[in-house]
Amino acid sequence: MLFALLGIHAASAAAVLAGRRRLGRAAWLVGALGPVAVLVWLAANAARLAGGEAVEARAEWVRGLALSLDLRVDAFAALMLVLVAGIGALVFAYARRYFGPTPRAARAAAVLALFAGAMTGVVVADNVLVLYVAWELTSVTSYLLIGLNDDDAGARAAAQHALLVTALGGLAMLAGLVLLGQQAGTFRLSELVAAPPSGTATAVALVLVLVGAFTKSAQYPFHSWLPGAMVAPTPVSAYLHAAAMVKAGVYLIARLAPSFADVGVWRPLVVTVGLATMVAGGLRALRPFDLKQLLAFGTISQLGFLVVLFGIGRPEATVAGCALLLAHGLFKAALFMVVGIVDHETGTRDVRRLPALAGPGWRAVRAVAVVGAASMAAVPPLAGFLAKEEAYGALVDGPGGDRLVLAGIVAGSVLTAAYSLRFAAALLRPGVVGGDPGPRAPASHAPPAGFVAPAVVLAAATVVLGIAPATWSGLVDDAAHALDPRAHAHLALWHGVTAPLLLSVATLAAGVALFAARRPVAALQAAAAPPVSGTQVYDAAVRGVLRGAARLTAVVQPGSLPLYAGVILLTAAVAPTVALVSGAWWPGWPDAVGHPAHVPVAALLVVGAVASTVARRRFAAVMLLGVVGYAMAVLFVVQGAPDLALTQFGVETLFVVVFLLVLRRLPDRFEHRRTRTGRLVRLGVSAVVGAFVMVAAVAAAGSRTAEPVSRAMSEQAWPEGHGRNVVNVILVDIRGFDTLGEITVLVAAAIGIVALARAGRRPRDRARTPEEVGS
Amino acid sequence: MRLRSVILDTTVRLVFDAALVLSVYMLFAGHNQPGGGFVGGLVAGAAIGLRYVAGGLDEALAVVPVRPSLLPAVGLALAVGTALWPRAGDEPPLDHRVFEWHLPALGDVALTTATIFDAGVYLIVVGLVLMVLDGLGDEGDEEAGGG
Repeated sequence: MLFALLGIHAASAAAVLAGRRRLGRAAWLVGALGPVAVLVWLAANAARLAGGEAVEARAEWVRGLALSLDLRVDAFAALMLVLVAGIGALVFAYARRYFGPTPRAARAAAVLALFAGAMTGVVVADNVLVLYVAWELTSVTSYLLIGLNDDDAGARAAAQHALLVTALGGLAMLAGLVLLGQQAGTFRLSELVAAPPSGTATAVALVLVLVGAFTKSAQYPFHSWLPGAMVAPTPVSAYLHAAAMVKAGVYLIARLAPSFADVGVWRPLVVTVGLATMVAGGLRALRPFDLKQLLAFGTISQLGFLVVLFGIGRPEATVAGCALLLAHGLFKAALFMVVGIVDHETGTRDVRRLPALAGPGWRAVRAVAVVGAASMAAVPPLAGFLAKEEAYGALVDGPGGDRLVLAGIVAGSVLTAAYSLRFAAALLRPGVVGGDPGPRAPASHAPPAGFVAPAVVLAAATVVLGIAPATWSGLVDDAAHALDPRAHAHLALWHGVTAPLLLSVATLAAGVALFAARRPVAALQAAAAPPVSGTQVYDAAVRGVLRGAARLTAVVQPGSLPLYAGVILLTAAVAPTVALVSGAWWPGWPDAVGHPAHVPVAALLVVGAVASTVARRRFAAVMLLGVVGYAMAVLFVVQGAPDLALTQFGVETLFVVVFLLVLRRLPDRFEHRRTRTGRLVRLGVSAVVGAFVMVAAVAAAGSRTAEPVSRAMSEQAWPEGHGRNVVNVILVDIRGFDTLGEITVLVAAAIGIVALARAGRRPRDRARTPEEVGS
Repeated sequence: MRLRSVILDTTVRLVFDAALVLSVYMLFAGHNQPGGGFVGGLVAGAAIGLRYVAGGLDEALAVVPVRPSLLPAVGLALAVGTALWPRAGDEPPLDHRVFEWHLPALGDVALTTATIFDAGVYLIVVGLVLMVLDGLGDEGDEEAGGG
């Protein structure tokens, strides 16, 4: 059934693509089939999952390599699926109104369905290699989504930025996962976590895996792709920030932390990176005037928060992480939808240009914005508040080191409260935020109710979860329990007057103060801004890699054919010689003359070979080379190998013809500008290679220790291969697969030759009729 | 203008058909006697090469009535098809079968699927030769006005 869920995503995407010209807005309904199917499945299996049971599915792939496709859904995966599929379905409903009925929108629907499927794959994968594949699929599909407006250079650059950073991290992660799997002796995630390996190799593997998770979840210093990804259409951004893609890194950290937090540098690394991200992202979110940009840095900050909570790997923090995961998904998706609606209806999302969103039609939008921002700032009684209370509670009671972490989180939360307030104020009171009030966009009509409905659902959920913690306490409890058997959640609005509550109040107060002092703060930030931005670092890195590659290419590919040939020939001669002389290898000279006919043929060979090197004209050299080839063929006849001789004759003939073709484009005579040294070098290389070939041939022929395989082949040729020509039976039957590979190479070579020969020339006129040919 | 030698022209025309027959013979006889798809293809390719030397590109290309690139495509399809079809009967790939008939005039005739595989090789080699001629050989001939 789990495979079917993934299949539905793929099938719906294919259906949307196939019908992209006819479906119109219905494309979004077809695309939503996958998330809806996941939700239905979750509802049907809710009781089992809540009981601590996991649903598993397995398909053998390559038995010999122990490769299998393992899927597994436990309560934590179910929580993630609620987010991925629930928000996914709402995003589809929202996008249906956001996009017009164009083919490009249908393409967006198809890729978004694939994206949802890939993210579902990340969550349900129980084999780390399957997880990696799904992980990279989210990278690829997000690349397509960010670059949806493919005629915009900025969108293409942002998409490439995201792909390069996340795919690079993904490669590090793959190395880490393979290392981890080898240490543990299993590639199944559930077994890996149940019996975690330890030691230096594991510690290294974990760092590599974390690099992958950090890039995916936009942690400093890999964060810069996420603000750039803002060029994507807003429904995509909403999904990417709230439920998919960036949550994948958090998901992996959450999976591994309970078992691996004590191994190596995991905890210090994760906590440091997470806290730095939370604070730096929060600071950056205070600056932009683009509402989407503001939310993007807010996401980075919140992702840092999540990484810290899950990364600590302690039960109480894990509970808080699960709660925040859901709360963040709800409010972030709602806020992005609000920005999308405003952008769609007014044509701007710059806080300095926003008109007053007045009128009854805008009331719902404003309410959603307020609820979402308040939940983000952790104002009671909303879902975000419950999550933050849990986080504070988890760290207040912890050991000494937790106090430092707590201080960092409080600082980050103060910033969060301040930018949340900034967001809400910008929408409700135009002019409050933003220094110079520029020309405002004209006030616009209110958005249609269907456009706002998905955001309202999310905001309503935020309120309901906040007022009635019992509705999701069980969900969070089961999820945290699945990650860490010691974890138990009991969400509540009122724990009494406790340290976390006091901290929450202080956080909110400090946030309000920070917003009130926004002008001096902005001035301070402008003065203390870091000299380079993440994007500049990324650009410099890309430029550096390209420049380095160009230099390296210039060194190893200077474009000199004699140099290439010399390097290849000398390598071929020297490398095997080292292996050759390191053992007892010299079998002694063979008989000088094996057959009377050898003498004239060998003489012809030598004469032809020597003459071809001293010939002045290219044509003569080619003909002399042909003489050498035909003499070889005669030698094969003498040795009793007619098949080989036939082949040699055929190849030689064609060889000469092809050479003639090439010769037409070359000067008639060889150039004679070579220096004496150049000639001596060439002579030396030739002598070395010639000597090597002779020695290697003698050594190889005399070094046989095993029964020749050809004897068995001769015996089997007739009974097994139904042929008396052993050579042919070998070619088409005994080693038929090799032949198949060779002829495939041959076809590829033919295509390559034609492509090279035709490069830069106009296509040959194919319309010529036979009459014209004859004329 | 391309200079055409009457002697070369006539000789090539005489040899050409014989060479093609020889190449096909080699293809079919190859399983039991010297020959095979690769050698047969080379012989046919060499014959086409001679035709090119004597009569130019258009005459060489006119030997085959279809586009040169079609030959490797068909050839590869034949070879892959022969390699894979035993899978339909759950046999290992490239497991060849022998068909034997008793025909009135020819007597006992045996055909193994290996020969079909070899025919694919034959077509690929001939196609490769034609494609190389086509790719490398056109410029001068266009100037010469197609002979």
